[in-house]
Amino acid sequence: MMKRDACFRILARHVTDEVVVATYSSAVDWLAQGERTLNYFSIGAMGLDSSHALGLALGRPDRRIICLQGDGSFLMNLGCLVTIAAAAPKNLVHFVVQNGTYEANGGHPIPNTGADFATMARAAGYAHVYDFADLANFEQQAAHVVHQQGPVFATLHVERGGPLTYDYPKLYDAARRAALKKELGRR
Amino acid sequence: MVEGLDADLVADAPDPIVLAGAPIIAAIKAAGVEYILSVPDIVTSRGLLRPIANDPAFKLIRVCKEDECIGIACGLSYCNKRALALIQHTGFLDSINAIRGVAVEYGQPICMMIGLLQHDPYTAPRNSPRYGVRIVEPILDAMGIPHHLINEDADVARIRPAIDDAYANSHPVALLVGRRPS
Repeated sequence: MMKRDACFRILARHVTDEVVVATYSSAVDWLAQGERTLNYFSIGAMGLDSSHALGLALGRPDRRIICLQGDGSFLMNLGCLVTIAAAAPKNLVHFVVQNGTYEANGGHPIPNTGADFATMARAAGYAHVYDFADLANFEQQAAHVVHQQGPVFATLHVERGGPLTYDYPKLYDAARRAALKKELGRR
Repeated sequence: MVEGLDADLVADAPDPIVLAGAPIIAAIKAAGVEYILSVPDIVTSRGLLRPIANDPAFKLIRVCKEDECIGIACGLSYCNKRALALIQHTGFLDSINAIRGVAVEYGQPICMMIGLLQHDPYTAPRNSPRYGVRIVEPILDAMGIPHHLINEDADVARIRPAIDDAYANSHPVALLVGRRPS
């Protein structure tokens, strides 16, 4: 079992001009890796992170889009697995951070903590699917996963994290959205 | 008449007033919409979705549930790409939280063309005997979302300015389709 922040530290070493879509605990831990204009946190409704990521991937096929989605969010928008597989964006990498917990909503368990998300993604039709529970293995393959032709799906099995501070006004700041829009609208 | 797998299984009721599909599609194109995001709706199935699916000018993304449209359209708007969610009013109702968060609170240009399922086009939607139809406009009003009824050919002129305004001023808009386009 891994820790989310450790996974993200590894991931950050391979992220340059990619857009990173993240929400809730994943957004907090990703932001801890450093401020960047190309972070996209304003999802607006739980579960829609993967849909926003798909829109970005379709709109900017020249850029890679990385979605860092929690398992609670993932379960709220399972249909998007099929939608993404059908749209088949080559530039989309979809991580699901599986800790079995609605961490931002009181730490309650998801309905089935043992659900096999990688198998779901494979069955939906993702081009490449991974399932990581060992940090050394993830470290070894992270660059390949991030840069592979997609759509790519990877489950990161992590421990439930410690208490986090959710600074939603900062995450969802309108200035952050405006800066991202300006950057992405530029060709 | 389309037959086989492409045939609509629900027949149009006889209706002397015409709402043609082709001018609606032309208006959507004229508004610069490139992406159509859709869950099928029987009101707009034959007259809009089917021709759109065969029109190379559009990129049709078939989604599993209507709230996906809201996130996808938002992501596209960050890339200066225009999209239209072509959905049924039941899907609109199912997507209220996504519309609340993304379209209204974040002020994003989410454009929705909403078929009013089982609506009597000779009745104003807010007076519809169908509860689900009756509540659509009051909900849009409560959320501060501009809306336009596309009920006959003369209404089609409202489509392009509504979409242009949504993108120019970054706000959502709803285009309510009151009868089946031919």
